[in-house]
Amino acid sequence: MSEFRMPSLGTDMEAGTLIEWKVKPGDRVKRGDIIADVETDKGIIEVEVFEDGVIDQILVAPDTTVPVGTALAVIRTLGAPAGPSAELPVAERSSIAAEPQVQPRLEAGRPAIQPPPVAPPMAAPARRLRASPLARKLAAELGVDLRNVQGTGPDGAIERADVERAAAAMKAAEKPTAAPVSPPSAAPPAEVKPAAPDFQARMRRAIAAAMARSNREIPHYYLETRIDMSRALRWLEAENQKRSIKERLLPVVLLIKAVARALGDVPDLNGYWIDDRLQLQEAIHIGFAIALRQGGLVIPAIHHADLKSLDELMAVLHDVIPRVRAGRLRSSEVADATITVTNLGDLGVEVVYGVIYPPQVALVGLGKITEQPWAENGMLGIRPILTATLAADHRATDGHRGGQFLESLNRHLQEPAKL
Amino acid sequence: MTEAQLKEIIFKVLGRIAPEADLDQLDPHANVREALDIDSFDHLNFLISLHEELGVEIPEADYGQLTTLADIVRYLSARVR
Repeated sequence: MSEFRMPSLGTDMEAGTLIEWKVKPGDRVKRGDIIADVETDKGIIEVEVFEDGVIDQILVAPDTTVPVGTALAVIRTLGAPAGPSAELPVAERSSIAAEPQVQPRLEAGRPAIQPPPVAPPMAAPARRLRASPLARKLAAELGVDLRNVQGTGPDGAIERADVERAAAAMKAAEKPTAAPVSPPSAAPPAEVKPAAPDFQARMRRAIAAAMARSNREIPHYYLETRIDMSRALRWLEAENQKRSIKERLLPVVLLIKAVARALGDVPDLNGYWIDDRLQLQEAIHIGFAIALRQGGLVIPAIHHADLKSLDELMAVLHDVIPRVRAGRLRSSEVADATITVTNLGDLGVEVVYGVIYPPQVALVGLGKITEQPWAENGMLGIRPILTATLAADHRATDGHRGGQFLESLNRHLQEPAKL
Repeated sequence: MTEAQLKEIIFKVLGRIAPEADLDQLDPHANVREALDIDSFDHLNFLISLHEELGVEIPEADYGQLTTLADIVRYLSARVR
């Protein structure tokens, strides 16, 4: 048996509203299946399951808002070892192991998860849980409810060792009760009825919290470089001439691929700053910032961008952008980007100085490609120029490493046929 | 196809891309992408949809001729069967 919990879908998600179950007890599910829709600050997220099994019990009814980590369903696993990452390839496992989960901020007066006046006084978000991100991640993996863990860190903060102790205690307690009909965790979770949806205000608040934290905690450094895009654009033009309109590539897929390749060369920028250290990620999942026309932005992850062809990247954009705009993303797409790329070139912005999305350690800003004077080999010419910027976390890397990344990005864009 | 019919199809496609826009207020001589805040991805989808609706293949080199609503109507009228 394992519990399917309300996932953490980003830095500042504290709670989510279960909108709809896509499965019922008795249904067989396999890893990657979408089993529920959850409403968050980022829209309605289609939540995937991380293991094969059979739905045993549904614990939370639709239209219920519960804190991150609350058990939503019980899944009877099919002979597979427990744990979400048991059968993932190494690259994916490492990305999940450091999935960005940070200490929630449970400010007073958040209407979305405030209990109505008549609610029982057990509303879970009432108590602020202090726990390190690693402890949270571990707790989610081991099925430990942090509310039941005694913290031994500063100010009673829960640390990794506390979670491990609690998990060990849980295991010991579970042993005597073989096949419990209703495990203790199946008790009704703390429930809070959702307040009237005020989606945009909530998204704004989520962005505000993440960006304020970034500015408060991350010592940013900024580098910029001008990149001659003539080779890349010439190659793209010739390529697009061969293609029907439906198969055409946008310049941005070259840029995304080149960023992914450059991260392969300079992996120090691909990871998370968690527990006072840089945790590098093997898999390159590029968060691509997409603005919503009603305001706000969503950053879906393009998984394994370094391994995808330009056509595959274009197909991902065709798939994901309409879903972002319709507010229909999948849980893995909102949770596990390892770096962010923000492209404001469509608006005529030439240089972007980004704010890093914690716990990531870098953000690549792309401006508009404009014709500019360019000197090369003693000759002055007019070239299409892109200004690429890097905002990076100085705790994780130094300017020298950042410079190597931008140089590598430039190099890859000079060889578009190899992208 | 008359210009009015073309405009109707263009508005139908634009309405899918920018559902919040009041297209009746769109100045026919304004830059459509700027007026409706359409990014390069949505612009490509706009052209793909026009292709699907009208069968007109628009080469990339012609994108510059499709800036305003008036431009788009003129360009399509010359090519639509």
